[in-house]
Amino acid sequence: MAQVSEKVMVELHNVDKSYGDNKVVKNLNLQIQEGEFLTMLGPSGCGKTTTLRMIAGFEDVTAGAVIIEGENVVNKPPYQRNVNTVFQNYALFPHMNVYDNIAFGLTEKKVNKEEIRQRVGEMLSLVQMDGYETRRPSQMSGGQKQRVAIARALVNRPKVLLLDEPLGALDLKLRKQMQVELKHLQRQLGITFVYVTHDQEESLTMSDRIAVMNNGVIEQIGPPDKIYNRPATKFVADFIGESNIFEASVVSINGDNLKVIFETGGAEVSASGFNQDEMVYISVRPEKLKCSIDAVPGFNLRGTVKEHIYVGSISKTIIELPNGQNLKMSLLTGTPLLPQGENVWVYWEKDDTVVLHTNEETLYNLIEQVPKIEVRV
Amino acid sequence: MNSATTATAVFGSEVNTSKKRMPFSRFVPLLLMVGPVILWLLIFVAAPLLYIFVISFMKKGIYGGVVVSLNFENYLRIFDPLYLRIFLVSIIIATATTVLCLILGYPFAYIIARASDRNKNILLSLIMLPFWTNSLIRTYGWIILLRTNGTFNTLLVSTHLISQPLQMLYTNGAVMVGMVYTLFPFMVLPLYSSLEKLDRSLLEAANDLGATPRRAFLRVTLPLTVPGIFAGCIQVFIPTLGYFFISDLLGGGNSILVGNLIRNQFLAARDWPFGAALSILLIVFTIVLMRVYKHFGGSLENIT
Repeated sequence: MAQVSEKVMVELHNVDKSYGDNKVVKNLNLQIQEGEFLTMLGPSGCGKTTTLRMIAGFEDVTAGAVIIEGENVVNKPPYQRNVNTVFQNYALFPHMNVYDNIAFGLTEKKVNKEEIRQRVGEMLSLVQMDGYETRRPSQMSGGQKQRVAIARALVNRPKVLLLDEPLGALDLKLRKQMQVELKHLQRQLGITFVYVTHDQEESLTMSDRIAVMNNGVIEQIGPPDKIYNRPATKFVADFIGESNIFEASVVSINGDNLKVIFETGGAEVSASGFNQDEMVYISVRPEKLKCSIDAVPGFNLRGTVKEHIYVGSISKTIIELPNGQNLKMSLLTGTPLLPQGENVWVYWEKDDTVVLHTNEETLYNLIEQVPKIEVRV
Repeated sequence: MNSATTATAVFGSEVNTSKKRMPFSRFVPLLLMVGPVILWLLIFVAAPLLYIFVISFMKKGIYGGVVVSLNFENYLRIFDPLYLRIFLVSIIIATATTVLCLILGYPFAYIIARASDRNKNILLSLIMLPFWTNSLIRTYGWIILLRTNGTFNTLLVSTHLISQPLQMLYTNGAVMVGMVYTLFPFMVLPLYSSLEKLDRSLLEAANDLGATPRRAFLRVTLPLTVPGIFAGCIQVFIPTLGYFFISDLLGGGNSILVGNLIRNQFLAARDWPFGAALSILLIVFTIVLMRVYKHFGGSLENIT
């Protein structure tokens, strides 16, 4: 966040988008700072791409304002907005070579030939594609096309770069490499990036801030560590990383100490702002879950070790509760594993949980302004 | 033609992949499937073509038969200024027809490609519907519209736009109207399919990079639909040279195109060898056009 200035580059103000009766984006408010890397994360159909396309100008807003650098651009066509887009399928012009693709925007702006040559050259070295000037899109791999698509957008020196799942079509290894490169590029150029993805890991790696979207609203917005460690809603807890989620009822409150019971037992958690008898969600990350042969004071949660799954650096243990719910527990590989079929007591450190209100009216505005009431880690 | 080539392609790959001879149990069903098509092509395409090719080197008999001999006289006769003029006029009319079809067809195809699915079907059937009627009958329809006391002249005179009926029928103009009308779908359909295939995100990318819709059309849509333009032009240009009945009906005796010339050799002049030579020339010309089309990156799949 160091380079992020206080200047608001893009602002969405009460933006609605409907297709007929289908509301895709509902009263969206979002401010993106200059130089920020903001990711819009969510499952498909959550409205993230539509939001991006409204910033680019490919979709009209049904209501509200899209403000870029202090100017409401809702009535401006895409070719008059100072933003550029990297498309999901690259959208390189198949009848042009790499050079002409990258030069497209500059020739439209009637930049003189010599300057175009120089700037295209700079871009090619920036994305490490020197010498590919005469290649056609059909003669390149996905990763190479992606680099050209990025160069084609950046050569115009946009104020904001919009990226619509740009790495979605690449294989895992290349995707990881491109994630790092994109992040470096963004740091180096200081351009505001608005990045759309459904890949939560990608968003955690790259972003200054993540806006988690679901059903056309932003459920939570904040830096990656906060999103991961302090999810504000059940959806966020579930969508970002893995979570074991219990539906529970608060039975007693002692300062920050809550005693809760749920279908399969009881436990203690640490949280504030909850009431006696309130229904809550308790979310525990797999790496925070523990188990023991002996009972642990404060916890009454029994399960059976069902199976072990080896995933490289960690092993996952699935523990089945009497009601059939499967709990995920991850351990560093090498940690001694309990034998399958063993009956164990499940527990966690009181501070390692996130407790959430069950009403889902937890819109991000509320969380941003009064976060302490909502969540306590 | 298409089904036969794919069938033989399948047949060929079967042979290549299996090192041993194809087992009898697989050969027989394949032969049953492909055989009739090959037989059909041999009898109704290859044999007549070969026949035409052979007699184009022969001589006309006194009573219209074919005298066996080997000479190139028929081909040399084509260079008679009389016939060269017919070729020239044919090419001019075919070019003008093609250009007219393109100018009218491109916007039409564009509108269909951009229409909603429901409107798309309506517009496409509007194009196809007239083809359920015989084209000869539809050409007669144009005679009723164009003749001296026909619909158009009656309308124009009764509205006092003209005092005397115009000579519309039996002109090259009438022939071109008929050609454009008949061949219009052959232009629209390949244009439509290439416009339909055009990835919309390319236009968005162009807009995103600062191109106005007009500029995006010139720099992206137009170049990417060149295969469709080529395919449409070839499908209009080539039939125009051969559709003799249109120039017969709408051009009267005033318009003789290559198609009429060939027809006359076979039916009126009973000079089959010369007619055959003209036909071969037309086929060669068509093949050359196809080669040019392929050379510029056209795919024969666009011409169906």
